[in-house]
Amino acid sequence: MLLSLAIWVPILAGLLVLVAGGNAGGDRNAPMQRTIALWGALFGFLVTIPLYTGFSLQNPGMQFVERHEWIQRFNIYYHLGVDGISMLFIILNSFITPLVVIAGWTVIEKRVGQYMGAFLLMSGLLNGVFAALDGMLFYVFFEATLIPMFVIIGVWGGANRVYAALKFFLYTLLGSLLMLVALLYLYNKSGGSFAIMDWWKLPLPLDTQLGLFFGLLFAFAVKVPMWPVHTWLPDAHVEAPTGGSVVLAAIMLKLGAYGFVRFSLPILPDASRELAWMMIALSLIAVVYIGLVALVQTDMKKLIAYSSISHMGFVTLGFFIFNAYGVEGALVQMISHGFISAAMFLCVGVMYDRMHSRNIADYGGVVNTMPKFAALMMLFAMGNCGLPATSGFVGEFMVIMGAMKANFWLAFAAATTLVFGAAYTLWMYKRVIFGAVANDHVASLKDLNPREFLVLGALAIAVLAMGIYPLPFTEVMHASVNDLLRHVALPKY
Amino acid sequence: MRIDFALVLPEILLLVGACALLLVDLFVKGEDRRTSVLMAQGVLLACAAATVFVLFGTGGQTGYAFHRLFVSDLMSNVLKLAAYGTVSAVLVYSRQYLLDRGLLRGEYLALLLFALLGMMVMMSANSFLSVYLGLELLSLCLYALVALNRDSAASTEAAMKYFVLGALASGMLLYGMSMIYGATGTLTITDVAKQVANLSRDSSQHTFLIFGLVFMVSGIAFKLGVVPFHMWIPDVYHGAPTAVTLVIGTAPKLAAFAMAMRLLVNGLLDLAVDWQQMLVILSVLSMAVGNITAIAQTNLKRMLAYSTIAHMGFMLLGLLSGVVGGNWFNAADAYAAAMFYTLVYVLMSLGSFGLLVFLSRKGFECENLEDLRGLNRRNPWYAFIVLLLMFSLAGVPPTVGFYAKLTVLSAAVNAGQVWLAVVAVLLSLVGAFYYLRIVKLMYFDEPKDETPFAGQALGPRVLFSVNGLALLALGLLPQPLMSLCFVAIKSL
Repeated sequence: MLLSLAIWVPILAGLLVLVAGGNAGGDRNAPMQRTIALWGALFGFLVTIPLYTGFSLQNPGMQFVERHEWIQRFNIYYHLGVDGISMLFIILNSFITPLVVIAGWTVIEKRVGQYMGAFLLMSGLLNGVFAALDGMLFYVFFEATLIPMFVIIGVWGGANRVYAALKFFLYTLLGSLLMLVALLYLYNKSGGSFAIMDWWKLPLPLDTQLGLFFGLLFAFAVKVPMWPVHTWLPDAHVEAPTGGSVVLAAIMLKLGAYGFVRFSLPILPDASRELAWMMIALSLIAVVYIGLVALVQTDMKKLIAYSSISHMGFVTLGFFIFNAYGVEGALVQMISHGFISAAMFLCVGVMYDRMHSRNIADYGGVVNTMPKFAALMMLFAMGNCGLPATSGFVGEFMVIMGAMKANFWLAFAAATTLVFGAAYTLWMYKRVIFGAVANDHVASLKDLNPREFLVLGALAIAVLAMGIYPLPFTEVMHASVNDLLRHVALPKY
Repeated sequence: MRIDFALVLPEILLLVGACALLLVDLFVKGEDRRTSVLMAQGVLLACAAATVFVLFGTGGQTGYAFHRLFVSDLMSNVLKLAAYGTVSAVLVYSRQYLLDRGLLRGEYLALLLFALLGMMVMMSANSFLSVYLGLELLSLCLYALVALNRDSAASTEAAMKYFVLGALASGMLLYGMSMIYGATGTLTITDVAKQVANLSRDSSQHTFLIFGLVFMVSGIAFKLGVVPFHMWIPDVYHGAPTAVTLVIGTAPKLAAFAMAMRLLVNGLLDLAVDWQQMLVILSVLSMAVGNITAIAQTNLKRMLAYSTIAHMGFMLLGLLSGVVGGNWFNAADAYAAAMFYTLVYVLMSLGSFGLLVFLSRKGFECENLEDLRGLNRRNPWYAFIVLLLMFSLAGVPPTVGFYAKLTVLSAAVNAGQVWLAVVAVLLSLVGAFYYLRIVKLMYFDEPKDETPFAGQALGPRVLFSVNGLALLALGLLPQPLMSLCFVAIKSL
């Protein structure tokens, strides 16, 4: 029941918000729509909390399982369940949704209801992706999330929004369609089952595994995004409204990485081991090369977008070194990146709302007029560099530990991210926040209003809490991750 | 002979109804032809009741009539019910449109009903003769319908093209039939199947069969409108009055599907290895040409015409996946997938051409992409329905268009044609672009004029909403329709 609630509460709330708008096409009912959206999002978050409190740490398998027949003709089930790997993402997503609603409270002026409605619908669909245990159900949710995001970027985005929205949609659709063929192939090979857990046990020869691995790789690599299929992300991030960027970075990118742990690793363990060198190489390119690309960006959002790609490179790196440190570190990194990238995009949003510019060169000396903001952003910037006592440190440290176990030079290359990450984040921070007040616009800036403070404050608490005491986050993963690694170590043919 | 007439009750009712309508319409006064339209709807309702009666009367068993010229089985009856629904919806959508243009005359209604009769004969045909009779009845009515607006040069030209090419296709079909008749000595489809099964692959008759088969497949391909027999589709769809495009683009696809099933599956299943190869080429070409050419269109009717071509190519994926290496273990699944695709496509096509009719007003034809610009600002609800339509056509879940694609792709993968499935999904990605462009126009762009769309009658408004929401509802619960298709195909 809990997982269904986590999925359907936001969706129903979103529909309610849309219906409340009437059919006149105006924004007459905007105040009411905002209120419904906020309560819907908060309630959606509340129903996910029992997932954590009721979670059994010893059980490596699926919990809170629901299974109903859905499409008997194809043996497709409405099959939900979470393990230590997926549970935290549902909570993360439901935590981010109210923040996005609050962040867009007054900033969004046109078609408020549709904006809020789209985010709530997307939130429910994203929960569905993480909870689905049926391959086709997963696919349906995975694809359906594209629709609201497409509309969000296209309607409320920046000047070049149409290009960005189409690029985002077509790029991800290309990946997912190839995944669809791979899923159908698995369905055929498993004798007519779409259950992901059946596929885990399915013996497959190596060449089949390799073929399927590439089919799935396209879908997940585009979503992560991995170098060289990352080019849609900077465009999408720059053009999306703040809320869109937040959800995109904090949750949507995680879908790809989650796909690797849910599908590629356990279903195709031999292909995963066989191609680990390639995945590691691509990850390291993302970490190092994209880190350097981030360094030279002049647009703040673009910089953070590239930094996201670099951080997600760490995640894929962690998965494909096949040890507990690596995989757990990668998962922690995903959660932490969810908080930090959301916060960074919100920070840029705060400044953009005041100055209508994302250009680093237009800023300077913001600390003089916005001290509270500067302090909070400092924390998030530090988190982005992976400073100890922030959540960013935990994941990166664990992945580097895991890499060290695998190979020293691998760890060495990965560790350069700590240098580059610090360089691009702090350099940007310095140019924007410190120095003399750059111009009159900066001089007239107003500090955070209570609403913005609430949103950034909530994320700051999360970043610090996870950095200082990460055990509550890691302990739920242990059982499932160890189980996964045992499974991946066994050959399937 | 008693049972015979009971089986053809729907056709008889429709024939009588259509003739009566022609007479009654002479005495109907007033521009809006309220009585005639009501009567047409009544006839459709009576036919539906008769078909349900036949279904229950036979208990879903296959029954033959008129010396096996006519077959009444589950597939034909399901398709007939779908056709009644489609034609009835067409009437609701197009009434105002025709009225505004002075085209709502008795002929339109009568031709529509006779066309439907032709489709029903095709669906229930168990002989080459009845297939051909049904096809010609349908085609002649459609030629006349396309030319309904006599004063329009475009319509007349389209009708002419349609007629010439249609006659050519009929000729090819007939030629193919005569070859197969020569090889098997019978016109009855079920007997042809038996004869073909007995022929060895090296006999001289077999060469005749293959020769005839090529012509027959060309004829079917023309009716489905797949590449390279697609040339008529864009011109006819574009040239015909939109209300007639709505007719051509929907129900006849059901009949064309039924014809393909009757001729290829019922009759020539033993030659599946041969015709499946041909269909592979037709299918890939259609998906490629349809999807790529549609991108270049600025006229919505033309764009949807090319999209039809692509969709029919997709549907063929199901038809060509039935028999693998001589065993038809998956045949029912594959043909059920094709049938499901056809039904879903007709529903989507009804919505998308319905939209054009629906948004047109007196003195304004909604037929260019630009006409949808900013629809979200003018009427968010219609924009949402069109959004559903477009995502369904593109095959994005949770709309039913996705499941249509899923079923045929699954059939192809099960038949071991993984490469074909990959080609199909890549081409459907190309297709997604032009559907998305419409969403972009509606949602991302500002309207040229801000006047809200209003003034449509209640009937079309409700129908349009139901049509769009049905795509979503069937997408959430596709099981009943899928099973229905499977059961219907199983009964063959």
